[in-house]
Amino acid sequence: MIIKGKAHKFGDDINTDDIIAAKYLVSTDAKELGKHCMETIEPKFSQAVSPGDIIVAGNNFGCGSSREHAPLAIKGCGVSAVLAKSFAAIFFRNAINIGLPFLESPDVHKINAGDIIEIDLTSGIIKNITQNQDYKTQAFPEFLQDIVEEGGLMNYIKKRAGESCIRSR
Amino acid sequence: MGYTIAEKILLAHCGRKTIKPGEFIQANVDVALANDITAPLAISEFKKSGFKQVFNKNKIVLVPDHFAPAKDLKSANQCKILADFAKEQGIKNYFEVGRMGIEHVLLPEQGIVLPGDMVIGADSHTCTYGALGAYATGMGSTDLARAYVDGKCWLKVPASHKFIYKGKLNHWVGGKDLILHTIGSIGVDGALYKVMEFCGPVIRKLGMDDRFSMCNMAIEAGARAGLIEPDAITRKFVAGFKRKPKFYHSDPDAVYEKIYEWDVTELEPLVACPHLPSNVKPASSLKNIKVDQVVIGSCTNGRISDLRIAAKILKGKKAAGGVKLIVFPATQKIYLEAVKEGLAEIFVKAGGVFSTPTCGPCLGGHMGILTEGEVAIATTNRNFLGRMGSPKSFVYLSGPAVAATSAITGRITHPDRI
Repeated sequence: MIIKGKAHKFGDDINTDDIIAAKYLVSTDAKELGKHCMETIEPKFSQAVSPGDIIVAGNNFGCGSSREHAPLAIKGCGVSAVLAKSFAAIFFRNAINIGLPFLESPDVHKINAGDIIEIDLTSGIIKNITQNQDYKTQAFPEFLQDIVEEGGLMNYIKKRAGESCIRSR
Repeated sequence: MGYTIAEKILLAHCGRKTIKPGEFIQANVDVALANDITAPLAISEFKKSGFKQVFNKNKIVLVPDHFAPAKDLKSANQCKILADFAKEQGIKNYFEVGRMGIEHVLLPEQGIVLPGDMVIGADSHTCTYGALGAYATGMGSTDLARAYVDGKCWLKVPASHKFIYKGKLNHWVGGKDLILHTIGSIGVDGALYKVMEFCGPVIRKLGMDDRFSMCNMAIEAGARAGLIEPDAITRKFVAGFKRKPKFYHSDPDAVYEKIYEWDVTELEPLVACPHLPSNVKPASSLKNIKVDQVVIGSCTNGRISDLRIAAKILKGKKAAGGVKLIVFPATQKIYLEAVKEGLAEIFVKAGGVFSTPTCGPCLGGHMGILTEGEVAIATTNRNFLGRMGSPKSFVYLSGPAVAATSAITGRITHPDRI
């Protein structure tokens, strides 16, 4: 799967309150949540995003609460993928479970805001079209790739419900 | 090669013969918790996927605590989704307003979580229960929806970091200060995807309330779980609950990726300054920081011993002019204890609000939102930008002693000053 879009840059420790403030957690609708994505730290973010754009951040992206509304808000405002140096653990699993593509790479600081980025999720290669650079990442473990390929955890479970649930690896 | 307590609990729940950090396992869940923010999404995912019946109605817990008592129409709708689902599925561990409390204080109090349990909660502070010697970890709503289906969750076995605390704690220094010291030392991603195991002679002397405060904030260092091995203090806490606990201990040859050892004898009451829980300074070093609001409560410090400390300081005193003092006990049981012990009267006479249980002010939900320019000191767990309201407000985090003292002086103050 290939994703292509313009980079929006953020720093380290972007927390779930930054991504979607608690006051908006009275909705579970991705589009509605998306209107307020990143509002606390970048009030006009959702208007600045064109469908397919990519968030590029530093360490510990998505730290804080377990709210799945955070990856939903990112998806809902039109962002197609998140690249970061590292992800907080709950955000990581929420993104997998709802099928928001993301990759970890130590090289993402080389990306500038506005660069056009192409991501190959299968090979795990990030191409910076603007700067003509390639960044390598670690591909997901097989088990997680299976969930992503099914389009999220519930589809994965649904397909296997009735079977002895899940293959252990 | 031995196992840590976390690895032992995970092993006991995944039907395998061995495990090691980095491996993916499917763990059987003893308790699956969600609240009024996260359960509606879990329930809709469960239903949208075509599932009709939960795997085990006795292992599911629903607590409307974040925006409850409902703060507006939309949150009333969310709370109703929980009530309806509980009724439909026959879930008895649904706690209505008036019987509910802040989930992470309520569940241990009710004996719903016990030592040795594997607990998942769609709330990041689920790690609180590690204080009992349970493996408890925060997950998302879809994880909960999946657990509703088959009682399992996927996880990658985390490596453990060991934190040893030696020495003797100063007066006014408690579990909150120990965990702030720890997060201040290792940073907000210092234990990213790890288990934090808290041990040493200082922990052995710590009461359960302080242990809960410590484990509660393991997530603030990025950890998947924060655990304390059970001992006589744990056993006393869980004695009398119907379900039988299982006590696990780390092997002497268990493997830790990192070991930290601190002598905490000199530790002073600490404060985490805006806008990260790792921005930790001694309370005494903060000069002239005026506060508009003091919040005492939450899943971190809303337990009876926290309220006793605050009341001891506030007895016969008044909150400074212009300071909004908000005290919110974490459960109805604690509320009643505070009334019976005369603590509630102390808070009200000090000019404070004594609220029913809710997560409200901690996450900028309701019952104490900060406006532009306002400063709060709170015994809560997060001081992210805009956490309690306006992105132009400021939140400092501390234990109950510093918070209560600051209410009297109107400035962040070391409790020894008064």
